[in-house]
Amino acid sequence: MQQFLESFLPAGPVVVFVFSIIPLMIILIYALFAIWLERKVAGHIQDRLGPMQTGGWHGWAQTLADLLKMIQKEDIVPAKADRFLFKMAPFIAFAASYAAFVAIPFSSGYIGSMIDIGVFYIVAITSLLSVSIIMAGWASNNKWSLLGAMRTAAQTVSYEVPTVVTILSVIIVTGTLNLMEVTEMQTGNAFLGFLPSWLIFHSPFMVIAFVLFFIASLAEAHRVPFDLPESESELVGGYQTEYSGMRWGLFMLTEYADMLLLSLVGATLFFGGWNSPFGSFMDGPVWGAFWMLFKGMVLVFVMMWLRWTLPRLRVDQLMNLCWKYLIPLSFVNLVLIALWEMIF
Amino acid sequence: MDLSAVAFYVFSILIIGSAAIMVFAKNIVHSAFALMFTLAGVAAFYALLYAGFVAVTQLLVYVGGILVLILFGVMLTTRGYFEKVRTRTVALLPSSIFVAIIGALLIAVFVTTEWSKMPLEDGQVTMTGLGELLLTDFMLPFQVTGVLLLLAIIGAVLMASRARYPQQRPHPDNPGHPEGDPKGPQEPGQDPQQSADGDKGSG
Repeated sequence: MQQFLESFLPAGPVVVFVFSIIPLMIILIYALFAIWLERKVAGHIQDRLGPMQTGGWHGWAQTLADLLKMIQKEDIVPAKADRFLFKMAPFIAFAASYAAFVAIPFSSGYIGSMIDIGVFYIVAITSLLSVSIIMAGWASNNKWSLLGAMRTAAQTVSYEVPTVVTILSVIIVTGTLNLMEVTEMQTGNAFLGFLPSWLIFHSPFMVIAFVLFFIASLAEAHRVPFDLPESESELVGGYQTEYSGMRWGLFMLTEYADMLLLSLVGATLFFGGWNSPFGSFMDGPVWGAFWMLFKGMVLVFVMMWLRWTLPRLRVDQLMNLCWKYLIPLSFVNLVLIALWEMIF
Repeated sequence: MDLSAVAFYVFSILIIGSAAIMVFAKNIVHSAFALMFTLAGVAAFYALLYAGFVAVTQLLVYVGGILVLILFGVMLTTRGYFEKVRTRTVALLPSSIFVAIIGALLIAVFVTTEWSKMPLEDGQVTMTGLGELLLTDFMLPFQVTGVLLLLAIIGAVLMASRARYPQQRPHPDNPGHPEGDPKGPQEPGQDPQQSADGDKGSG
């Protein structure tokens, strides 16, 4: 990818710049699409149509129109808010979320950085997200914001444990933290002759690991049934109550970027990343990018689907689920996967 | 000056500046948030030295763990989060003498030591070597640290759960809760609504 860019771009810094904003372009286009998709999915699940007017075909330009409206809005900072922290929090949130995309292999030809600690880095850098949410909630000087921020931080810190343990159980099988190498290991059709050698087919415990990972990632991305940080009926808007205009938009973008990030990590760890499901058919760097984003979008779609299917958990149920079920289960699963690796 | 040198100086300024804010800020929450930049800047230093694993661990443990704990502690303790912390100068003479001695010692050590310089190799793999060393040469310290952390966890669970079973384990010497906290320490999430209400009242 870097050589390809160097072939037609002038200087070194320009190449580095273009190279590093590719994920940003993907996130922005994805966010426009995903917000529209979320509305359509919500509409169709509730037996209505969703946005139909803007842009003509099935309201495809609705998010663009919303974006334009949002940019024009006044940037309101509450009088009693902590101005500096209030203004800084959305940027730190998005920076933390965007920084994690460095270690995601979008295709066999593109990964931001081939660091050997890959997925560990992703886990670590997204922990800045909870700090920035506390920052937003505290700086707003609003009870709802603060309560929402505390809930978010408690939720994120708790659900990091099952996420990390399930990732660790995958790492036991792969033996590397670099997501590019993890993906390369899943190339080909090894299982039963026709199943792609994705890690989810590796052992029955990997299916359990994926289910645990998916539940925990729902909670990390603050999606229903774990969307307590911004449960409208209880907390108005949670930590984003006081935010308006483009700063609120940045939080929204962070949330969708986080969804995509966790879905892409899930797709890489369990569903072969950029590998084509048909072996060497439809394979290659460009098709790789397509498959990677397609698998990520499927998981994002499941998240949207769940949003309109499940009721929201209470705070104590949320914590019970994490500490009493997910964490013990993920530890047992870790040991079982390790035993499976030793025996087979 | 190459790019890594520029990055080094940028992060140095970030670390020193945020550390100064952390020390001199009047508001304890500002100090805590300034601490985030100090810790993240140190992580960036590790990354500049190709110690990726240490850098990421620094982020995960200090920013993701300890800093969040500090923020929780500051915000959940009684009225802690809007009480102004007055920073004023106490014991000017002894402290400045002490700082001068420490500073002189540090500078002396820095000047007199023969620093062994090693050329940095791009893209060195730090993880594998670290893991091998931990499980061979440094097995005993590694295990002892693990036991220590386990003890700390068990101790924390014990302290958090003691107040919840007063009837089951009657204590003739110590009937009430010694800390005098009416609610008692809670496990996180056991009864968050209660603590949330408490927050609402005080806020």
